[in-house]
Amino acid sequence: MRIKVRLFAGLRESVGTDELLMEVPENATVADAAGRVPAAQTASGSLAYAVNRAYARPQTILHDGDELALIPPVSGG
Amino acid sequence: MAGRSSSEWLELMAGPIPVAEAIAFVADPSAGGIDVFLGTTRSETGPGGNVLAALEYEAYAEMAIEQFRDFAARARARWPIVKLVILHRTGRVGLAEPSVIIAVSTPHRGDAFEACRFLIDTLKVEATIWKKSMWADGSGTWVAPGAM
Repeated sequence: MRIKVRLFAGLRESVGTDELLMEVPENATVADAAGRVPAAQTASGSLAYAVNRAYARPQTILHDGDELALIPPVSGG
Repeated sequence: MAGRSSSEWLELMAGPIPVAEAIAFVADPSAGGIDVFLGTTRSETGPGGNVLAALEYEAYAEMAIEQFRDFAARARARWPIVKLVILHRTGRVGLAEPSVIIAVSTPHRGDAFEACRFLIDTLKVEATIWKKSMWADGSGTWVAPGAM
């Protein structure tokens, strides 16, 4: 399946892009996909995730065409 | 990225916050109170005596605007809100300049204070927006939660 991974803030700078297209197996989870982003592993303890713009857990199963966002600790406002 | 109805104005914008326009938007004959919160860039000195020049904001805009709609719905479920505004800047925000405005109008003032507080407190915890401290020496540090 193909998914789009969105990266922001410090993680965007570490990885060097704000967007990745990724091939993942059927039934891959959020955690599976995040694990394939090199710099995300060191940040994994503090990352939140969103699938199609809704917060999601690491165990959430992904579907073809999903947008996965890797969300470092937020600091708006 | 914006959503504007007759009773709600939610937007992420690159330019300065239109404060007077936001207040005018929430004013209504059925409201007796308007509460406004502005979050502004506060000066500070970082490690090694580095002075803050500005904050720079980045947003996952497509998600943040949906979150603003959700925050508004949650606030309306709890308080009798007439109109509300949530505007947040992206990009560079200098010292004492506003990065965010929350404006709420309600029939009675107590609800306006409470709803406004709820909206900014919720935005700060949940909205997919990040700020970076831009120091006078040109370096930048992403802000960690709880630091500000």
